[in-house]
Amino acid sequence: MIKTDILIIGAGPTGLFAVFEAGLLKLHCHLIDALPQPGGQCSEIYPKKPIYDIPAYPEILAGDLTEKLLDQCKQFQPGFTLGERAETIEKQEDGTFIVTTNQGTKHQAPVVAIAGGLGSFEPRKPLIENITNYEDKGVVYFVKDPELYRNKRVVIAGGGDSALDWSIFLADVASEVTLIHRRNEFRGALDSVDKVQELKNKRKINLITPAEVTAIIGKNKVEGVEVIKTNEDPLRLDTDFFIPLFGLSPKLGPIADWGLEIEKNAIRVNNALDYQTNIPGVFAIGDVNTYPGKLKLILCGFHEATLMCQAAYKIINPGKKYVLKYTTVSGVHGFDGTSKTAPKAVVKKIE
Amino acid sequence: MVEQDVKITIIDREGIKHDVEAPTDMAMNLMEVVRAYDLVPEGTIGVCGGMAMCASCQCYVLSDHDLPEKQDEEEAMLSEAFYVKDNSRLGCQIHISPEIEGLKVELAPES
Repeated sequence: MIKTDILIIGAGPTGLFAVFEAGLLKLHCHLIDALPQPGGQCSEIYPKKPIYDIPAYPEILAGDLTEKLLDQCKQFQPGFTLGERAETIEKQEDGTFIVTTNQGTKHQAPVVAIAGGLGSFEPRKPLIENITNYEDKGVVYFVKDPELYRNKRVVIAGGGDSALDWSIFLADVASEVTLIHRRNEFRGALDSVDKVQELKNKRKINLITPAEVTAIIGKNKVEGVEVIKTNEDPLRLDTDFFIPLFGLSPKLGPIADWGLEIEKNAIRVNNALDYQTNIPGVFAIGDVNTYPGKLKLILCGFHEATLMCQAAYKIINPGKKYVLKYTTVSGVHGFDGTSKTAPKAVVKKIE
Repeated sequence: MVEQDVKITIIDREGIKHDVEAPTDMAMNLMEVVRAYDLVPEGTIGVCGGMAMCASCQCYVLSDHDLPEKQDEEEAMLSEAFYVKDNSRLGCQIHISPEIEGLKVELAPES
């Protein structure tokens, strides 16, 4: 059981900034995210795109914003459960909550802050009949353990960064890598495209374009796929694995069944006070919440995270009076023993 | 109807036809119009915010308007999307301008 003060669901910008604000109040945080890395949409959808409305940053790349938020909160030593989706929440007799992920990891905290953005990212599955029957029987949507593919035949479909990157990576691991895309052009980092070209020339990647996987062949597991190259007859390709990489789409998912007030695919909160939901002790901050006048902006998420932490402090320290402290005055004292403080002014006499 | 508005017909994912008016002077795109009129559930369109990076606003152009050519990003995204047809476009890349008066589109299924 992982125990913490504030359990944050979603490791996007709002969740990461909440760690910092909580740390100032001496509250520990642990984050759960369905993605394998922190940053949420900023790292998954548009890491290389600029954002222009982060206060004090005339321009910052979404990926860099994630890096800076991680750096800003690192002295408060947040815990992470990544690549797992928060599935259930159970209120305990002592008022705390136990949140369990789809992998069975249990987390306990007196306060839960849902910072889930648009929901957890689920793979977009190609429209191939019975594809779900082959899931985990040769069809996988995420490459988690590359060793699984050692000396196996792999077919990857897709035209973005993940399709390119995994084709490159698995070219050294798998016995055979085939990359299939509907067009000859790929949408990805230029050096990845060049690298695939190089591996193709060396015959380490078998590239089939423009083409599409139209069927999966196999009795109880994937044995091959049917590929149709534009204007040609279908061909059969023997393979051990089929990895469709067509991006991810966010789904509110199991959180929708937690008894929270849901409106327009978002969680209704009390914006007059602290962004608490209809379940006391459960907050919703950032893009995942809604209230009159709500704006889905990162900067609004930062504000909501800050107020949430104040309310969390009162729940965790009942009866304790809190006085707002400015970081410039009090400094930042990490759980890791580090301290940052403003240098003292020099008082010197002028002769 | 305000002078700068254009009329657009949007068939939603349930097949229901909506005749809507959209302003040409607010730098809006078709995806934003669909959201402004709540024609699909929030969170199922414009997921990436309008960067041509998710295809949640894919639509089929049914009228024979001469829309601006697809840029590389839109072309690339559509090549990875599902339910794509020859007349597929990304709503976020269609700007509301006087030229699209009378445009008729159908929203592609959610995927």
